[in-house]
Amino acid sequence: MTDKSTVPAGLYKDTLLAGLWRENPVFRLLLGMCPTLAVTAAVKPAFTMGCCVIFVLLCSNIVVSLMRNLLKPHLRILMFTLTIAAFVTIADLFLKAFQPMMSEVLGPYVPLIIVNCIIICRAEACASKNGLIVSIVDAVGMGIGFTLSLCVLASVRELLSTGAIFEVQILSLLKEGGWFVPWAAMSMPVGAFITLGLLLGLVNLVSKKGQLKG
Amino acid sequence: MDTFNTLLLGFISVVLVNNLVLTKFLGICPFLGVSGRIDMALGMGLAVTFVVTLSGTLTWLIDHLLLIGTPLEVTRYVCFILVIAGAVQLVEMYLRKFFPSLYDSFGIFLPLITTNCAILGLCLFINLWEVDSLLDAVVRSFGAGIGFTMAICIMAGIRENLNLADVPGCLKGAPITLITAGLLTLAFMGFAGMIR
Repeated sequence: MTDKSTVPAGLYKDTLLAGLWRENPVFRLLLGMCPTLAVTAAVKPAFTMGCCVIFVLLCSNIVVSLMRNLLKPHLRILMFTLTIAAFVTIADLFLKAFQPMMSEVLGPYVPLIIVNCIIICRAEACASKNGLIVSIVDAVGMGIGFTLSLCVLASVRELLSTGAIFEVQILSLLKEGGWFVPWAAMSMPVGAFITLGLLLGLVNLVSKKGQLKG
Repeated sequence: MDTFNTLLLGFISVVLVNNLVLTKFLGICPFLGVSGRIDMALGMGLAVTFVVTLSGTLTWLIDHLLLIGTPLEVTRYVCFILVIAGAVQLVEMYLRKFFPSLYDSFGIFLPLITTNCAILGLCLFINLWEVDSLLDAVVRSFGAGIGFTMAICIMAGIRENLNLADVPGCLKGAPITLITAGLLTLAFMGFAGMIR
């Protein structure tokens, strides 16, 4: 809605911070649940996934923002999807070429970024209505918010399922003379659903406390 | 008989063992969002079943007739998403013309199916599992739809009762649904190992 020349200075910071906490895509908007649950068995794939999403989100927001005045309303969603699909293909080929191991682990969840609700939601809600800079800031904020949430979830799951975070051993395992018995269930679908449910509950609790204070 | 066995095993594997919602985390959004009432969930499930069968078959054909082994392979994702969007549009037009009452009851769900991860996910998984006969691809796509319908209906049934339960304030809504889904996947883990 707002033109670049009339944007107040605080808006950029506000847009950036919105993605990190107030409108955090995973914990607040509940968008992009599929990759959130699927790739968070360990921190490394979660982080790679986050980076892919940042790249795709940034590129598609830029392109959508630039062509927002040319779009016909009924072809809008199709154009968004095709733009996103093109960038996802780039990200997927890049991963296959330079990170073949990661590409193997993530499997079909990289191409599934195409139907990740976050990206299409940002294209629709932000990039198709705002100027280039606001869209870029929004993409960076949302992307980092998404990556951070993924990493938090993955840290909890990796710590409880292997006793390590980012493949660095933190808790000493029982079979190596330590005390920690790994929770195998945490690396399975069960762990994903329950950890995310409890984290969402925690976020609700924290934000409710914050509201009472403020 | 041998083909029949393969097909049956493929069907059971995709419905129970590799259930898209509960083991592959696909189609979680409608799973969490829509499944408040069993009849709505059933309608959604049937629409998805139809679209997934259609697009699974079409993408398998496109993949094998046009893409595999040619430089066009890089455009796979773009092709897949176009086919899915087209299939959804087709279903929408067909229903509006011939079954207007059914069309009205689906409402907004129909166009939303395009961005349902379960559909694109299934097309990609069929590509990944290296399904090599058309019949197998059709059966597995149909099975995926049935699996989705089953999961979403079970969840709707649980949620109807969950409304009456005394849930701690901060867990109300999505969190408790996710935890319930977690327990549900625990039950479905019992099927793992039944078939590869």
